[in-house]
Amino acid sequence: MTEPLLYARNLVKRYGRVTALDHADFDLYPGEILAVIGDNGAGKSSLIKAISGAVQPDEGEIRLDGKPVSFASPLEARRAGIETVYQTLALSPALSISDNMFMGREIRRPGVLGKWFGMLDKPAMDAFARQKLSELGLMTIQNIAQPVETLSGGQRQGVAVARAAAFGSRVIILDEPTAALGVKESRRVLDLILDVRSRGIPIVLISHNMPHVFEVADRIHIHRLGRRLCVINPKDHTMSDAVAYMTGARLPEGIAA
Amino acid sequence: MSDTPDPVVARNPSEAVASFDHHSRGLLDRVQHFLHRYPTMVPVIVLVLSVAAFGLIAPNFFSAFNLSLILQQVAVVGTLAAAQSLVVLTAGIDLSVGAVMVMVSVIMGRLSVEFGIPVPISILVGVAVGAATGALNGTLVTRLKLPPFITTLGTWNIFLALNYYLSNRETIRSQTLDTEAPLLKFFGERFTLGGAVLTYGVVLMLIVFAVLWYALNQTAWGRRVYAVGDDPESAALAGIQTKRVLMSVYVVSGVICALAAWSSIGRVGSVSPTSFFEANLESITAVVIGGISLFGGRGSIMGPLIGALIVGVFNSGLRLAGVDVLWQLFATGWLIIVAVAIDQWIRKISS
Repeated sequence: MTEPLLYARNLVKRYGRVTALDHADFDLYPGEILAVIGDNGAGKSSLIKAISGAVQPDEGEIRLDGKPVSFASPLEARRAGIETVYQTLALSPALSISDNMFMGREIRRPGVLGKWFGMLDKPAMDAFARQKLSELGLMTIQNIAQPVETLSGGQRQGVAVARAAAFGSRVIILDEPTAALGVKESRRVLDLILDVRSRGIPIVLISHNMPHVFEVADRIHIHRLGRRLCVINPKDHTMSDAVAYMTGARLPEGIAA
Repeated sequence: MSDTPDPVVARNPSEAVASFDHHSRGLLDRVQHFLHRYPTMVPVIVLVLSVAAFGLIAPNFFSAFNLSLILQQVAVVGTLAAAQSLVVLTAGIDLSVGAVMVMVSVIMGRLSVEFGIPVPISILVGVAVGAATGALNGTLVTRLKLPPFITTLGTWNIFLALNYYLSNRETIRSQTLDTEAPLLKFFGERFTLGGAVLTYGVVLMLIVFAVLWYALNQTAWGRRVYAVGDDPESAALAGIQTKRVLMSVYVVSGVICALAAWSSIGRVGSVSPTSFFEANLESITAVVIGGISLFGGRGSIMGPLIGALIVGVFNSGLRLAGVDVLWQLFATGWLIIVAVAIDQWIRKISS
């Protein structure tokens, strides 16, 4: 097998007396969709925050492309090519789609206007945003200057995914992307995820929704009690197996209690 | 309306009521969406209507001279409102702007007159002090995570006390300024443009608003100010260094207060530690009437300019109409309440 693109070993994160991550491991291979599942409080989100730079683990190592990395902030992880779509989406509701897509990495005009007066290149930003949205089949959005708060839940999710896909050169992390959506909109987001993978970008998908996980994931990382319990192939296991492992009702074969 | 009633309506009045309801909701809905899109239209409409109304009621209101007088009267508070707007856009409020302005005017005046420091240097020191007051507010808000309201309530008192200390509670008189530091009164100088009489203070106010408009709408910094005010957590997750943005907002606001201080010396003609005592609240009034949401992230910087003008128009119009001064306050009070109510209503669109 190829080398993992993103690799973590023995991650530990303590909050006072609570150990959120207890020597957790993590592997993401190029071009795959890795689902991360686990019961509430199993430490999924701490794991994701650790690899996306939102929290700094107390112990353990993370490697990107074989090189050790430690992210002091989400910004640093982003600069390394790891984009995260948070459950809250991290969009500014009153700002336009285009403003949101470029938040924190705006394009300036060439020449004196951009260099000395910091003038934004709005036409270029709008064109890029429009192109990225239509690449992902989201062109039902007519007006790129529309404030994000006037979009539907699925469209907002689409904008957040499009933003991650546009800039996430290495890894895209999606935290519960379908949790707040209806059936139809979930469908579109799943298609989006498959579409992003087909561009060769690996995806980490955190979800509670077993049918969605089993539909799109190549491998499933099951997190339990602050560590990785096992990684299963969705083709070899059923959803009820996964739920049993996740909740501790049953142990996967080959794992000792 | 036609005289012959629609037969369906006549037979079934409840249906008619329902359809009327539907129609009015449609119209209101469209108005709501329009205002959501262009929030500055509310103050613009109010300004146009009030100018037209006072033009009819009050004699001489509609002269170039009177209209330009209104501009002169709002120049200082308008400039201060620009500083206030920046802070309000980040969902904060700055109660100290007026105190900073008066304190800086005292510093500029005392340094020039008592200590004989060249006026341009006194002005630069004043601007630096303005920036420092902003940095203090910004540090308290971003590092100690104190609410802006409490922070600036505290610094307001502190700056007020320093203002009395630095000024010795003494006023620097106009004649003294004329002989020793005429440059401090620059923004009070008048020039005519058509029939209008303007001061350089008016020009300063307009330039401050124009520069802020550019910075807020055409630069990355401006977009980040809006994002931080709109939803600070989202902005941080999207990679914005929210503390740095907030800090820059307070510092820029402090610098604008210092410019307002220079302008205020020209407007009053002297340097008085007790002048502009209500400027804090007047600047907030202009911002609120101008349609900038106190919840942050919404509204155009041009709104407060119009908001300041609305207050000026009401004051001038009511005075020319011979109405008691107390009704100016009364009208301003209602304007504030209506403006905030409209803001709440517009914001409902997203839920």
